[in-house]
Amino acid sequence: MTETVNTVHSRTSEAIEAARAAGRTALIGYLPAGYPTVEDSIEAAVALGNNGADVIEIGIPYSDPVMDGPVIQAATSQVLADGFRIDSVFDIVKAVSARTDAVVLVMTYWNIVDRMGVDTFARRLSEAGGAGIITPDLVPEEAGDWFEASDRYGLDRVFLTAPSSTDQRIKLVVESSRGFVYGVSVMGVTGARSEVSSAAEQVVARAHEAGAPRVAVGLGISRPEHIREIGRYADGAIVGTALVSALRDGGPAAVGTLTAELATGAVRDGAGA
Amino acid sequence: MIEHTGSYQNQPGPYFGPYGGRWMPESLIAALEEVERTFTEAREDPEFIAQLQDLFTNYVNRPSLLTEVPRFAADTPGVRVFLKREDLNHTGSHKINNVIGQALLAQRMGKTRLIAETGAGQHGVATATAAALFGMECTVYMGEVDTQRQALNVARMEMLGAEVVAVKTGARTLKDAINDALRDWVASVDTTHYLLGTVTGPAPFPAMVRYFHSVIGEEAREQVLAQAGRLPDAVCACVGGGSNAMGIFHGFLDDPGVELYGLEAGGEGMDTGRHAASINLGRTGVLHGARTYLMQDEDGQTVDSHSISAGLDYPAVGPEHAWLHDTGRATYEPVTDTECMDAFQRLCRTEGIVPAIESSHALAGALRLARRWADEGLVGPDTPEAEQKIIVVNLSGRGDKDVATAAKYFGMLPDAETPAGGDAEAVAARPEGAQS
Ligand SMILES: Cc1ncc(COP(=O)(O)O)c(C=O)c1O
Repeated sequence: MTETVNTVHSRTSEAIEAARAAGRTALIGYLPAGYPTVEDSIEAAVALGNNGADVIEIGIPYSDPVMDGPVIQAATSQVLADGFRIDSVFDIVKAVSARTDAVVLVMTYWNIVDRMGVDTFARRLSEAGGAGIITPDLVPEEAGDWFEASDRYGLDRVFLTAPSSTDQRIKLVVESSRGFVYGVSVMGVTGARSEVSSAAEQVVARAHEAGAPRVAVGLGISRPEHIREIGRYADGAIVGTALVSALRDGGPAAVGTLTAELATGAVRDGAGA
Repeated sequence: MIEHTGSYQNQPGPYFGPYGGRWMPESLIAALEEVERTFTEAREDPEFIAQLQDLFTNYVNRPSLLTEVPRFAADTPGVRVFLKREDLNHTGSHKINNVIGQALLAQRMGKTRLIAETGAGQHGVATATAAALFGMECTVYMGEVDTQRQALNVARMEMLGAEVVAVKTGARTLKDAINDALRDWVASVDTTHYLLGTVTGPAPFPAMVRYFHSVIGEEAREQVLAQAGRLPDAVCACVGGGSNAMGIFHGFLDDPGVELYGLEAGGEGMDTGRHAASINLGRTGVLHGARTYLMQDEDGQTVDSHSISAGLDYPAVGPEHAWLHDTGRATYEPVTDTECMDAFQRLCRTEGIVPAIESSHALAGALRLARRWADEGLVGPDTPEAEQKIIVVNLSGRGDKDVATAAKYFGMLPDAETPAGGDAEAVAARPEGAQS
C-alpha cells in the first residue's frame, strides 16, 4: 500500500508543504457546491482561494448528512430543494481550479460516489482538475474500490481520525490517506465553536506518531486565533461552518474578507512578513 | 441472484454477501467495536443469558402465543393461518425483545443514557420503558410527521420519563430521526448507547438485533409443530427495517420447505413512487452504515418514502434481507395501503384482534398467498387435512397506537373531529364506501 502511495504525485501534499515552507499553517476552507447558487458557489470558492486558502473543499450536498450540524445542513438542504444535480459538481471544480492556485478537493458522503460508480466519479473529478476526495463516512475497511480508483486517476484520499480512534485504527487511517490526515478535533458534528477542543492536540500528535507527515484539524474552527493555536502542533487548519455562515450572510465577498482574516492566523510565529 | 449453499442461519456479519459492513464516520467506530465486543462476550456468558431469559419471561411476557385464526382465513378453505402474537408483549410489539437485550448490554458497558430513533413510536416506547426499568436517561428522536400521526405514543414515552425530540429535517420521518440520533451519539458516546431499533445500520447492529429477536422464530417453530404437527408452508412478516421479519425468519431459514415472505410497504402503489418498498425498487447503495437496497434517485440522494404505517416508512432495509432476496431464500412483495387496511379491518371483525398497521401488511400478504394457492388449485374446500397449507404470520404489534389513523381512514370520526391537516394522507387514501 505504501508503495502505491508514493508513486502518485499528491497535489494536496505539495500545497501543504508549500505553505509550511512559507512559514504558514495550511489553510483549508470548506464550502458546499451550489450554495447559494452554482454561480455564487464558484465565486465564493474563488474568493476563498484568492484570499489565502491553500486547499478548497467543495462539499457535495447530500440528503442524509450525519456529520453536519445545523448551519451546513440548512445550506445543503436548500441546495437540494433547489434541484441541485451531481453533474454540476464537476463544472464547479473545473471553474474554481481554473481561477485559483488553491488545490480543490471534494468532500462527499459515500453513497453519492457509489451511485455514480467510484471509477466514473474519480475519472470525472480528475478530468475536472480536482485533486482528491475527503470521505467523512467511509472508513479504510470499506474503501477497496476507492484505493484502486484513486491510484488509477492520481487522486488524494483523505480519511478522518477522531479522538475516539484506537492506536490501531489511527495507523490504518494514516497508512490509507494521501494528501493529509483529517484530525477531527471533537466528538461531534460540524459547527463553529468558541474554543479549540482540548482533544485536538492529542489527535494530531497521535496521527504524527503513527507516521502521518501532514495532519489538519477540523470541526469547530472559526477564528484566526484558533488557527494560530492549532498551527503550533498541526500542519493545517480546516474551516467550514464559519465560511458557510459568511456566505449566507454576506455572499462571496464576505467569504473573501473572512478568508483574508483567517489567513492572518495561519502565519506562524517567527515566520516574518 | 447469488448462489448460496449450506446454512442460512446465524450469519455473523459484518457482511451478508455483498451487503452490510460499517459505512460510518470514524468517530463512531470505536463505539461500534465496543458494542460488538460486549455483545460477543455476553452471548457466551450464562449469567447474561439467564438475565435475558428472566426478563423475557417475567417482564416481556414470553413466550408469546401462537393463535390460529380460522375466521380470518375462512375465504380460502384448505389454508390455515396462525398468528405469532408479538402484539401481546409488554409495550405492544416485538420491539421490546431487542430493547431488553441491548439495554442489558448498555448496562454492561457502564452507559447511563439510551438514545433511540422511532417511527411508529413502538421502538421509542420500548426504549423509554427499558430506560425506566434500568434507571437510565433516555432521549428518543422522532420525525415531526410521526409525532403527529403517533401522538399517543409521544405521550407514552414522556410518561415513562423520556425526552422526545421532534426532528424537523428532511422528510421528518424515520430516516431523519436516525440522522439526528447518530449526531447525538457522535457527541455523547462516552455515556450513551444508541439503541438502534431494527436490523439496519452498521455492524454489529444487523446481526445483534436479529439475535435478540430470533426468539420469535424459535418459539413459533416449536408452537406450530405442537399445534399443527408439522412445519408451516409459509411465514409472512412485514418489513420496515426488517427486525420482526428477521426474528421470525431466522427459526425457519434452514427449513427449505418453508417459504419466507417479507411484505414491504407499497404505499399508494409502486407506479406512484409513493411507497417504501426498497427491495422491490431494486437499487443498492449505502445508507446509515450499511450497504443494502435503498430508495434513491440517480444522484444517490435518498428518496422520501411513503406508507400509511409510520413503522414501515423507511427508505432502506436491513442488509441481511437484501442478501436473502438475492439468494432467493426469501421473497419480498409490496402491499399497498389499501390492501393493508382491508386486512386490518378483516382481522378486527373476524377475530377480535386489532393489529398494528405495520403488521397488517403481513396479514395482507398471507391473504394474497392463500388466494394464490386457491387460484392455482393447490387448496380448496375438499383438501384433506394432511394436505392443507399452513401460514404463520408475525403479528408484530397491536393497533392501539393506530386507532386514530384507522378511524380516520375508515371515516369513523365525526367530520368536526377530523383535523384539516394532520393525517391528510390517511384521509386521501380512504377508499370509496369505506364508511362503516
Ligand atoms: C408493530 C411494528 N411492526 C413492524 C415495525 C417495523 O420494523 P421492523 O421491520 O424492524 O420489524 C414496527 C416499527 O415501528 C412496528 O411498530
